[in-house]
Amino acid sequence: MSGLKEHGEALGLLARILPFSAVDGPGNRAVFFLQGCNFDCAYCHNPETRAACTGCGACIPACPAGALSPMERRGARTIPVQWDRARCRDCGACAASCPSGSSPRARLVTPTEALDEIASARPFLRGITVSGGECTLQSDFLVALLKGARNLGLPGLVDTNGGRPLAAEPRLLEAAEGFMLDVKAWNEDEHRRLTGADNGPVRDNLAFLAARGALYEVRTVITLRAPGFNAKPAESDTTSDDPQEGAFDLEETVRETALTLARAGSRARYRLIRYRPYGVRHERAALLREPGSALMARLTELARRGGAAEVIVS
Amino acid sequence: MNQTLDTIRNTTLTYRQKVLALARAGEERTQPLAIAPEVQALRDAGVVCDLNEGPAPYRPRYVLPDYARFLDQGSAFLRQEPPRDLLGAVFALLGLYRHIPSITGYPVWVGDLDALLEPFVQRDPAALGPGGELSPAAERLVSLFLEGIDRDNPDSFCHGDLGPDTTAVGRAILRHQRSAGRAVPNLTLRYDPARTPEDFAEAAALCALDAAKPSFANDPLFRAEFESLGLAPYAIASCYNGLPVGGGSCTLVRLNLARLACTAAHTLGDPEAFINGPLAEAVAATLAYIDERVRFLVEESGFFESSFLVREGLIAKERFTAMFGIVGLAELANALANAEPGSRERFGRGGAADTLGARVLAAIDRLVTAHRSPYLEAAGGRYLLHAQVGIDSDRGVSPGCRVPIGEEPPLHEHLARQAPLQTPFIAGSGDVFAFEPTARANPGHIVDAMKGFFASGGRYFSCYAADSDLVRVTGYLVKRSEVERLRRGEAVNNGATVLGMGAFDNLGVLDRAVRR
Repeated sequence: MSGLKEHGEALGLLARILPFSAVDGPGNRAVFFLQGCNFDCAYCHNPETRAACTGCGACIPACPAGALSPMERRGARTIPVQWDRARCRDCGACAASCPSGSSPRARLVTPTEALDEIASARPFLRGITVSGGECTLQSDFLVALLKGARNLGLPGLVDTNGGRPLAAEPRLLEAAEGFMLDVKAWNEDEHRRLTGADNGPVRDNLAFLAARGALYEVRTVITLRAPGFNAKPAESDTTSDDPQEGAFDLEETVRETALTLARAGSRARYRLIRYRPYGVRHERAALLREPGSALMARLTELARRGGAAEVIVS
Repeated sequence: MNQTLDTIRNTTLTYRQKVLALARAGEERTQPLAIAPEVQALRDAGVVCDLNEGPAPYRPRYVLPDYARFLDQGSAFLRQEPPRDLLGAVFALLGLYRHIPSITGYPVWVGDLDALLEPFVQRDPAALGPGGELSPAAERLVSLFLEGIDRDNPDSFCHGDLGPDTTAVGRAILRHQRSAGRAVPNLTLRYDPARTPEDFAEAAALCALDAAKPSFANDPLFRAEFESLGLAPYAIASCYNGLPVGGGSCTLVRLNLARLACTAAHTLGDPEAFINGPLAEAVAATLAYIDERVRFLVEESGFFESSFLVREGLIAKERFTAMFGIVGLAELANALANAEPGSRERFGRGGAADTLGARVLAAIDRLVTAHRSPYLEAAGGRYLLHAQVGIDSDRGVSPGCRVPIGEEPPLHEHLARQAPLQTPFIAGSGDVFAFEPTARANPGHIVDAMKGFFASGGRYFSCYAADSDLVRVTGYLVKRSEVERLRRGEAVNNGATVLGMGAFDNLGVLDRAVRR
């Protein structure tokens, strides 16, 4: 997706903009969600931002507002389904009907266009956050967006799954105010089963960004595997306090992440996110369990003892 | 007479609440005001309303004594020596509060709490611990002071101010109030980006999420206005009323624009004709009624001749103004724009009703600013505009210029559109936001919203977390748990709880959009 330009500006595939957010970094921030992801996390809360549209058109008849029609061409790029924002009722039927985990609402935009859309929110903002999908997959656009925002007095945080080695991205490191990194599992096999991707780059990025002082926040979603993960859906019981039950080694993930931060002298916050099933694909949600408060408290204590500067539970 | 007996026999009123109700019953036996028939007609129609101030004004509605002067000179009348230390200052203030007249029977302003006490702390080495925070003994004294204010003045309109500078006392007050779970005192932090440190503002935001206070006031805006009126310094009293210290407001009479939209419905088709006709007449009637209430207070009641507060220089007649309130701009604007529920032209959506609302407000501002009271000297006799928050019996009338609950736009659009509407209200306007409890993890979010609001012309910003027991109703605070006790027929100490119960039922206060 990288490298496309219009009038010298990088084009980005944008899933949506949230002009005002309290939960994506310090203060009020506008959040840009880019389309496309290289992970396939079991607990993904916005699965429609993962894939690119294949142009199959399944969503067009699914839209009750008649906001979708075939084909939009822009420069060298084609968006297979055209989305009429004025008609859209934001009901989500299109994403629900998509067989490939995409959304027809993703748009091709330039950084200038993207930033114009948050103009009315600017007096209330401390900065921007670029998230996804996985925003580092569109690095030309991402760097241009961060620089454009910085010129408006809005420093930008990058929210990443850490799947690409950031040490190899000097332009991005220079343009970003800081990074928010997900560490989904410390164990390699566990990470692969949870996300479909290797965690070697994630662990390297954690150590690299921590040592650089470029980490604002590290996050781990705390979830338990229901009986039948990768096999069959769970029947009842949706919460558990037993860390062994799901065979996810949550304690190792939390401890090693905190230790890595401490070794690097990082002041980053470590956020432990209680898994909740909202927005998660039904067939995946059936295989995951929410952690109980006793487990959250135990992991919080573990993160503190490991040396994390600040531990937050949400 | 039956009403008097009903008050005596009422088992949900406390003793002091009964005394206040009986005093009102006595006042109502006389009708000394000369009210013109056209003014009385608008009063009867609910268009012009004195908010139950009573038919014979015998004290100003809002009194803001110069407490700093009191601490400096003591009081001959109270046989109070100037206090020498923090303990003495706390006792002196609690003693004086009992003698401050007001509409509620309790002081509506208890002073710049941090600035009043900080000098006593700074001159006493034992009052400050390491790191510049209060010693445990001084911290306990400040806590007892706040609890004393709450116990002595069970009324949510009792208001104290903080800031704009951070002080050891100010920080201690925020620490105490965050967990105290008390509706009184209502609190404001006067915020000045050039003086108020970020961490103090964030501590105030965290306190507000838990305790629905303090609110934030745009200090540079208020300061500049009161200086230009020759009425500096100002303070925030009662709900969010900006008024001169050492004075106050004789009265508050409101013009109910939502009611006017009903009584003058046949004229709404032509906004220009409505503004020059029924609106201008209603403004004139409101001004005439304020004039008459002020006349009686100033010329006949004897208040300014007999009060020891005047004699000792703690208040002066020259620093009393009067407030012209408006309520229900949203409902009038929607009626003028003929905007039905759900329409994009509704008030608060950036369409026709917003444009018409701004025109109505500008017309009122022009008429009120041009009027001069024959009886008052403050601001050259000019009355000050106030965005009145409503009364518990209002139905379908939104406070001041606010967007009706249930129709709030997204937060940044809401703030951007409301900010300029607050600017004309020198004597106060405000808006209230309920935030997701998760905002506690990011108080900078609240501070950023407030800063942007003030930079856009906003005047006053209140918030609380959606799960807090303390709720800001319109301008004052009540506890949900106390409202529930009142519903069960139990007496509750805070007289404002009954008003909150009415507003929960009639204004849908608990249904405010929850912001994230």
